[in-house]
Amino acid sequence: MSSPYDLIVLGAGPAGAAAAIKARSLGLSVAVIDEAPAAGGQVYRAPSPAPTATQPDADRAKGDALRAKLAASGAVLYANHRVWSLTPGFSVIAIGPDGPLTLEASNLIVAAGAIERHIPVTGWTLPGVIGLAGATILLKAHGVLPGRRVVVAGSGPLLLLAASKIVAAGGEVAAVVDAAPRASWLARAGAMLARPDLMAKGAGWLLALLKARVPIHSGAAIRTIHGTDGVEAVTIGPVDRDWRPVGGAERTVPADAVCLGFGLLPSTEVTRLLGAEHRYEPELGGWVPAVDASFQTSVPGLFVAGDGAGVRGADAAPLSGELAALGVARRLGRGGDLASEATKIEADWRRSSRFGAAMSALAMPPPGAAALIAPQATVCRCEGLTRATLDAAIAAGARALADLKATTRCGMGPCGGRVCGEAAAMLIGAATGWDRETIGQPSARPPLRPVPLAAITGAFDYDELPIPAPAPL
Amino acid sequence: MSALYDLAVIGGGILGSAAACRAAAGGMRTIVIEQQTLGSGASGVNAGTLSLQIKRVKLMPYAIKGHELWERAGERVGFHKTGGITLAFNQREAELLHERMALKREAGAPIELISPTRVAELEPNLSRKVVAASWCAEDGYANASLSGAYYRALLEAAGVEIRERTPVTAIDRSGGAFQLATPTDTIRATRLLLACGAWLRSAGAMIGFDLPVRARVNTVSVTERGPALVGTVIGHATGLLTLKQKPNGSVLIGGGWQGTGSPDEGRGSVDPATLLPNLRLAMFAVPGLDRFRVVRSWTGFEANVPDFYPLAGAAPGIDNAFLLGCVRGGYTIGPYIGALMGDLILGREPELPLFDPGRFATEAKVAA
Repeated sequence: MSSPYDLIVLGAGPAGAAAAIKARSLGLSVAVIDEAPAAGGQVYRAPSPAPTATQPDADRAKGDALRAKLAASGAVLYANHRVWSLTPGFSVIAIGPDGPLTLEASNLIVAAGAIERHIPVTGWTLPGVIGLAGATILLKAHGVLPGRRVVVAGSGPLLLLAASKIVAAGGEVAAVVDAAPRASWLARAGAMLARPDLMAKGAGWLLALLKARVPIHSGAAIRTIHGTDGVEAVTIGPVDRDWRPVGGAERTVPADAVCLGFGLLPSTEVTRLLGAEHRYEPELGGWVPAVDASFQTSVPGLFVAGDGAGVRGADAAPLSGELAALGVARRLGRGGDLASEATKIEADWRRSSRFGAAMSALAMPPPGAAALIAPQATVCRCEGLTRATLDAAIAAGARALADLKATTRCGMGPCGGRVCGEAAAMLIGAATGWDRETIGQPSARPPLRPVPLAAITGAFDYDELPIPAPAPL
Repeated sequence: MSALYDLAVIGGGILGSAAACRAAAGGMRTIVIEQQTLGSGASGVNAGTLSLQIKRVKLMPYAIKGHELWERAGERVGFHKTGGITLAFNQREAELLHERMALKREAGAPIELISPTRVAELEPNLSRKVVAASWCAEDGYANASLSGAYYRALLEAAGVEIRERTPVTAIDRSGGAFQLATPTDTIRATRLLLACGAWLRSAGAMIGFDLPVRARVNTVSVTERGPALVGTVIGHATGLLTLKQKPNGSVLIGGGWQGTGSPDEGRGSVDPATLLPNLRLAMFAVPGLDRFRVVRSWTGFEANVPDFYPLAGAAPGIDNAFLLGCVRGGYTIGPYIGALMGDLILGREPELPLFDPGRFATEAKVAA
C-alpha cells in the first residue's frame, strides 16, 4: 500500500481529468483511477490501437489534448484498474493488470460518468441490438458500424449524434425513432440558446441526416424488433405525449441492427455505497447525490463531478470537476483564497449545464413510458425475466426494488441491476402510481463490478487466515 | 377512534410473522407493523443455511423442528435437503470438530464423522487438504430471499393485517391498551409483541427496557452462475464458512464474518478486511471457485444477547407485552419458535420451553 494521497479521482473522463489537473495545479497529490486503457472517458475515448479506420474528429483532438494535459499534470494515472470496493475515509480497492491495488486519500472525487438507460422492447435481446451510447463508442474508438442498415431509436440528443456518425462512416440509417414529440425539442429551445455553439453542432447532425434522406420519426417508438438469430426488421408506431403507444400507422422497416437508448443515468454506485444522500432529479437523469456549491456530498470529503453528479453533458463536466477540486483544496486549507476563481468557473458551469440539463431532460422518459414494455418483453436479461413475470411479483406484494429482486432475482445477475433497474422501478411505478422517491433507490453493494474470486483472494497461506474464535457451543 | 387489535406485532420478519400467524389462527385480531417491508431484515438477507452441524447443542430440538417446518414450506421457500459436510483442514480443527459434533449428536442431530476419502467421493471438487470431516443427511438450505413473499402469503391467508414502511415512533400505555404512534396514525392493541430483530433494543426502550441486545453484522456473498461444483452444504469446523451452490449455478458464501455499521445508522457495510478471509476460506475449500465472479456481497444485522440464546417470552414487569428475538440459527429456528410464541400469547402451554427474557432483568436494572 502506498502513502495516502490528498485526493483520489475516480474516472479520467472530462470531469475527472479536469479535477485532477486543477488539484495538481494547487499543489495537491493526486491519483486518478480509470477502467479504460487511457484517459478520456466515453466522450473523448481514446482510439483503439487496432488497425481500424476511425476518422479523427473534433472530439479526438479534445481527447488528445486532455490526455496530454493530464499526463503533464503530475497526477498518477492508474489506467486499466477496476474499482470494486471502497471504505469510508477513504480506501479505494481496485484490481488492475498487476493484481489488487489499494489506495488511500482523505478526499475523493467521483467522476464516474453515466450509464445508459434502457427501456426494454420486444426483441431487444436479439444479436444486433446495441445501446445508443455503446454504438457511439463502437464508432468513435473502433470505427465499427453497428450494422449495414440501422434503426436508431430511443430518445435524446444521442439519437442524432449516433445516426450522423453512422452516416458519416458510410452506413445506412433506416430510421431515427424519437419517442419525444417535436414539440418537446422546441420547448427546450430557450435553454439551448444558452450555448449557441452546441446548438449549431446538433443542427449540423440534423442537417447531415436530412441530406442523407434519413426518415426521422418523432413521437414514435419501436413496437417490436423482429428476427430469429439476429435483427431482421423493426416495427415502429406512434406514441402520445406521455410516450404511451397509440393507434395509428405502424410501419415495419428492414434492418440488421438497432441502436436503442433512452438517455443517460448518473452513475451513483460509489456515492450510494459510501452512504451519501441522494435525491431524485428527473431533469438531471434520475437519482443524483445531494451536493453543496463545491460538489461535496453529505459525506465529508466525498465529492462528485461530471455526469455522475447529474447529467449535464461533456461541456459542463470539466467545470464541475474544477469546482470540486477547488472544494477539496479549500477543505485541506491549500491553494489560498479560491473564492473568486470558483465564482468565475461557476458562472461558466451554469451556462453549460443549462444546455446539458435541457438535453438530458429531452431524453428522460415520462412515467407513461412503462407502456412501451410489452408483457412478453424480457426486462432482466441476466435472469431471463419478462415484464409479465415482474408484474405478477409486484401484484403479489413485491413493491420495493429489493423485494422484487428477492422474489424474482431481477437484478441479481452480473449486471447488478445496471441494465434492468430503471425498467423495474418504472414497472413498480406503473403498478402503484408511486413516485420514484417512494419506490426508492437500489442499494449499492460491493463488488461494484463482478470480480473473479481468485482476483480478490490472490495467493495466500491457509495458516495465516485470521480465523476468529469459534461461536459458543 | 381506531380499531383495537388483540395483538400488535412490531417486526415483519420470520419470528414476528410466524407468531402473528399462530395468534390469528387462535382467533386473535392481529396486525404486523414493519418499518421496511416483510422479510427485509436478517430473515431475508441471511445465507439460508439449514445445518444441524452449526446449531448450538441446547437449541438442537428447536432446530430439528425448524427443519421440519422449512421442509414443509418446500418450493415456496426454495427448500433443498442436500446433506452437509463440515471440514477440518488441520489437527486443531479436527479436534474441535470431533468434540463439537459428538455433543451435537448426543443432542439428537444425526451427525456422523466421515473420512477424507469419503468426502472426496461425495464432493470430488472439494480441496484434498481435508484431514477430518462430518456429515449430516438432514442438512440443506432454503432461499432466504423468499422469506418475505412466503410469510406475506401466510399472513394474508390468516387474515393478519400488514402495515409495511411504517416505523413505530413511540409506545404509550394509557387507557389499558398499547398505543403505537406511527408517522400517519396511532395503532391500538391490547397485546404487544416486539419481534424486530436487531432493532429490539430501540423498540424495548420505548416501553422502558434497556435490553442487552447487540447486533452482529453478518456478511454474505454470491457469485454469478457457473458450472456445477458442489451439491451439498459445505461448512468449516469453526463455523466460519457456509457454502452452497444453488440449482441455477450461483454459489452463496457466508460464515458470519463481520461487516461494519449498526441498526441505528440504518445500514451495514461490507468490510473488505473481513470479506477477504471469508472468500479465501471458500476458495481453499473449493478451489474450482477461482474463476467464478463475485457479483454481490452484503450484510444483515443479527440480534444477539450476552448468552447467545433466544429471547422469547413475556416482557418482565409489563402485562401483555412480549419479547421475541433469536440468535445463532434464527433462520432455521425462527418459524418454530415464532409459533411457540404465538401459543404463549394465546395462553397455551408451548410444546417446548421458551427463553424467558426475565433472565436479563437484573442486568437491565443495573443498566438503567
